[in-house]
Amino acid sequence: MEYQAKELFAKHGVTTTLGVVVETAEAAKAAAEQLGGVTVIKAQVKAGGRGKAGGVKLAKTPDEAFEHATNILNLEIKGLPVNRVLVTPATPPEEEYYFSFLLDRSNRQYLCIASVEGGVEIEEVAKTNPDAVKQIAIDPGAGVDEAKARAIATEAKFPEPVFEQAVAMIQSLYKVFVEEDATLVEVNPLARLAGDKLEALDGKVSLDDNASEVRHHEHEDFVIRDEEDPLEAKAKDKGLNYVKLDGQVGIIGNGAGLVMSTLDVVAYAGEKHGGVKPANFLDIGGGANAQVMADGLDVILNDPQVKSVFVNVFGGITACDEVANGIKGALEILGDEASKPLVVRLDGNNVDKGRAILAELNHPLVTLVDTMDGAADKAAELANNNG
Amino acid sequence: MSIYLNKDSKIIVQGITGGMGSKHTTLMIESGSNIVGGVNARKAGTTVELAGTTQPVFGSVAEAMKETGADVSVVFVPPAFTKDACIEAIDAGIGLLVVITEGVPVQDTAEVWSYLQGKSTRMIGPNCPGIITPEESLAGITPHTIAGKGPVGLVSKSGTLTYQMMYELRDFGFSTAIGIGGDPIVGTTHIDALEAFEADPDTKAIVMIGEIGGDAEERAAAYIKDHVTKPVVGYVAGFTAPEGKTMGHAGAIVSGSSGTAQAKKEALEAVGVKVGKTPSETAELMRAILKEL
Repeated sequence: MEYQAKELFAKHGVTTTLGVVVETAEAAKAAAEQLGGVTVIKAQVKAGGRGKAGGVKLAKTPDEAFEHATNILNLEIKGLPVNRVLVTPATPPEEEYYFSFLLDRSNRQYLCIASVEGGVEIEEVAKTNPDAVKQIAIDPGAGVDEAKARAIATEAKFPEPVFEQAVAMIQSLYKVFVEEDATLVEVNPLARLAGDKLEALDGKVSLDDNASEVRHHEHEDFVIRDEEDPLEAKAKDKGLNYVKLDGQVGIIGNGAGLVMSTLDVVAYAGEKHGGVKPANFLDIGGGANAQVMADGLDVILNDPQVKSVFVNVFGGITACDEVANGIKGALEILGDEASKPLVVRLDGNNVDKGRAILAELNHPLVTLVDTMDGAADKAAELANNNG
Repeated sequence: MSIYLNKDSKIIVQGITGGMGSKHTTLMIESGSNIVGGVNARKAGTTVELAGTTQPVFGSVAEAMKETGADVSVVFVPPAFTKDACIEAIDAGIGLLVVITEGVPVQDTAEVWSYLQGKSTRMIGPNCPGIITPEESLAGITPHTIAGKGPVGLVSKSGTLTYQMMYELRDFGFSTAIGIGGDPIVGTTHIDALEAFEADPDTKAIVMIGEIGGDAEERAAAYIKDHVTKPVVGYVAGFTAPEGKTMGHAGAIVSGSSGTAQAKKEALEAVGVKVGKTPSETAELMRAILKEL
């Protein structure tokens, strides 16, 4: 979110105004009183287009701040509830620029995008006035030193009165990008304020989850629990790789590719069964033991939308008999909580042993189907009948 | 023939003494791969017993290559140390570097990729199952028991979909199956593998598996149009993935309207690649082609 991006900007010496983050209209009023003068009340959500959605308002007085904050905190922007607003001093820009560093996966390098025509959506500028949007490749091995920053500022045509400030800010923004392991650092607008002062008025930073895990544990502090889906939060606590979707067939599988494929195959099968859809993504990886399986089923069965569950495992390194024992153990751990039909498809390493274990278990909720497409069809059918 | 890896490949393992490293080195030896040693600076000069063999542990990749003639290295070191392990192997001039490790910070991979430019190393991965030339050699974690030698070349972003497809087409078999990995930046792309399969006389047809995120599949489609004469069948995972959510693989994310499965499927179909709706249907499409050959 904006206020978090600004915290990272400030940490690395990028000129910005932090403002005050509040969760109530009363606190917004108090913040406006404290800041004095005209303030801006800005919705804090992970979505663009906040201004158009009525999520950014000027407040001349603390009472106006209260009124705007009340309205904004009742908004939903692109489906996201607004739980926080940022109160900052109003600093009308004389000019607005755009600046970002991002990971350019196509070319396996970094990219700097800069435009002196900022303030609006950069995609729009790129369409209407492509020459105004400069794209400058960055070699990850070489990075951005002062000379490179100067070259970027020249290419982007930053005007003379703010040119030196731009050179310094570009280096600071690159520090944010590299030292925080970001995949995107964006400033829009980068504003030229009265007195030719350059400041990051609004910003966005996307962080690399892998890097947060390896060397930026402090990034965990940026996760706002009340903004997370409760099932996703629960899955994360259990160390599961889970994404909540809007459907009826719960999915458990191994390997990201196979699970994504399973979702598609279920949606495809659902076309014949009342349009049922996959309810989630859940990759249990190689560790399909009883506890992991039980944790996974526990999360999925707590999703009230779920009407049936499809367990789709290809035994590569993992043996199918271990997976079958995992399912058996999970059903024992869950007991009466396991209340929805389970369609299981096992293939690969030790498949005969695995299927034999489940056949012998003969659990009333478990249906064993040999093929992935057939099992998806069965799971969709059960979800539809159960719905 | 095959691509990148064959029975003459001499393989070392960086991280041979770790849990993952020793487990999968054992499996590689059992598959018949010629494993000639491992690297761990802190255990240099020792040996490890794996699958009935005694494997020497060297202090560096350079030393291991000098002593054993190794030309392939498989990397199992933890993500925090992967960048340094890769740079060490590149400096030593290893021919093929297969990076299995999952969870490598993407800026580390970007730096390794930059470092590798103009050098003699081919990198596969990171976050991949590696490469297998059935009945000859395995450098990675793909189970060698799924399928044998045959006419199909397989390139995939996903490990388990690689296994699934090998299983579906086990009656035909594979020249080489390569998992290029699901990270935003990888060393070997679909295009690299397509080029190698096109040049490999033992590969008669190619299965290409993609997934949401980035534009590797669209680029591969353009490459197929101009450079690939062998039949190609495709599969793309992630049609139901919502925008802005990472689906397991770090690189599997639809951003705005880019990186969608639909766009990838359309790009492939536009150049005459048949794209299956499910992995099984994809295998059937390939089966029909193989029967005609």
